[in-house]
Amino acid sequence: MVENFSGKAPIYDQIVQRICNQIVRGDIKPGDKLPSVRELAVQYGVNPNTVKRVYMELDQLGVSEVHRGQGTFVTQDQERLDQLREQLKTDKVKTFVLDMKEMGFGPGEIEKGVQLFLDQEKEEAPSSGTQKNAERRGSKNKEGGTENE
Amino acid sequence: MSNAIVHFEKVTKRFSRKLALDDASFELPRGKMIGVIGPNGAGKSTLLKLAAGLLRPSEGRVVVDGKAVGRRISSEVSYLPEQEGCYSFYTVSETLRFYGQVYSDFDDRKAGEMLEFMELEPDQKVGSLSKGGKARLKMVVALARRAPLVLLDEPLSGLDPMIRDSIIKGLVAFIDLSEQTVIMTTHEVAEVEPALDMVIAIKDGGIVKIDDVEEIRSMHGGGLVDWMKETFGPAQFSFRDGEF
Repeated sequence: MVENFSGKAPIYDQIVQRICNQIVRGDIKPGDKLPSVRELAVQYGVNPNTVKRVYMELDQLGVSEVHRGQGTFVTQDQERLDQLREQLKTDKVKTFVLDMKEMGFGPGEIEKGVQLFLDQEKEEAPSSGTQKNAERRGSKNKEGGTENE
Repeated sequence: MSNAIVHFEKVTKRFSRKLALDDASFELPRGKMIGVIGPNGAGKSTLLKLAAGLLRPSEGRVVVDGKAVGRRISSEVSYLPEQEGCYSFYTVSETLRFYGQVYSDFDDRKAGEMLEFMELEPDQKVGSLSKGGKARLKMVVALARRAPLVLLDEPLSGLDPMIRDSIIKGLVAFIDLSEQTVIMTTHEVAEVEPALDMVIAIKDGGIVKIDDVEEIRSMHGGGLVDWMKETFGPAQFSFRDGEF
């Protein structure tokens, strides 16, 4: 199905974010070839103009490189990719903290809440593939589950 | 050559007493996917037919690709009608051959690739195709032409979600925006939004607004559907997944 895009951010920006996430997660490896404009347009059901903009942004971010006549590739510049990983983390944390503050939670409460949640996670998902499990649970929660109660 | 692919100059269209388009003046740029949105009876199809040369303006002038629009404009314009389909006595491949003879800009290779993409069987009779199959074939015919202007009148209406999805994907896969411009009318705004660059909002025969979709999203902090509720008023909405 055609992918969904949330209301706020521009669509090209949302696709840039998704590709960056895939790179940080390791789904797309350094040096991998990214899909052609047409392939990506079909995958997301978006305008080819939008995809071109996505590739322009990724290029400007230093995340991808255009090899003339061959296509667009994820950079092999590990330093840049480490930066990207750091940056995504900071962005997420920032959004989370701002949201919490807006609801009136103090720094101590936020810190404790996060620690408590992480501890619970550890107990619920012992040993194998903690990351995958955490992900799956994360998406379940988003769909309106309240399984922690 | 002007940068605009379509230019309406003070265009009015009346059907006996009903005013379908009221003194509309606007220009549309090349190389974009443009959606025409608005409530039923707003004048969306009229606007498309005027650009296709299928209707003559009561007043004013329509210019497409630098040429005043008349019946001859069909060499510049690929038009997908909402109602009419392809001849039912042809097979799928005969249909493509027929259009290949009618239009000098018909690209057989592209048509063949699209058939495969749309999962249509060349030997099947058009008459025995499902509704979704007929809609996909119409889309193949419309997009296989290398016409500078492609007009699609409600290409998604009355189709199930899977077919709508395949038609949108076929559109973004096969349109060549370096040489073509698409203008499409649609009620399925939420579904088409990611594929659009611009929208023209019309209501009661008047142009309410022409703007970039990304601009609308960033100005309103929401998708097109939210914006439309503001623009047209909630009364026009049935709130069924962004349709009127």
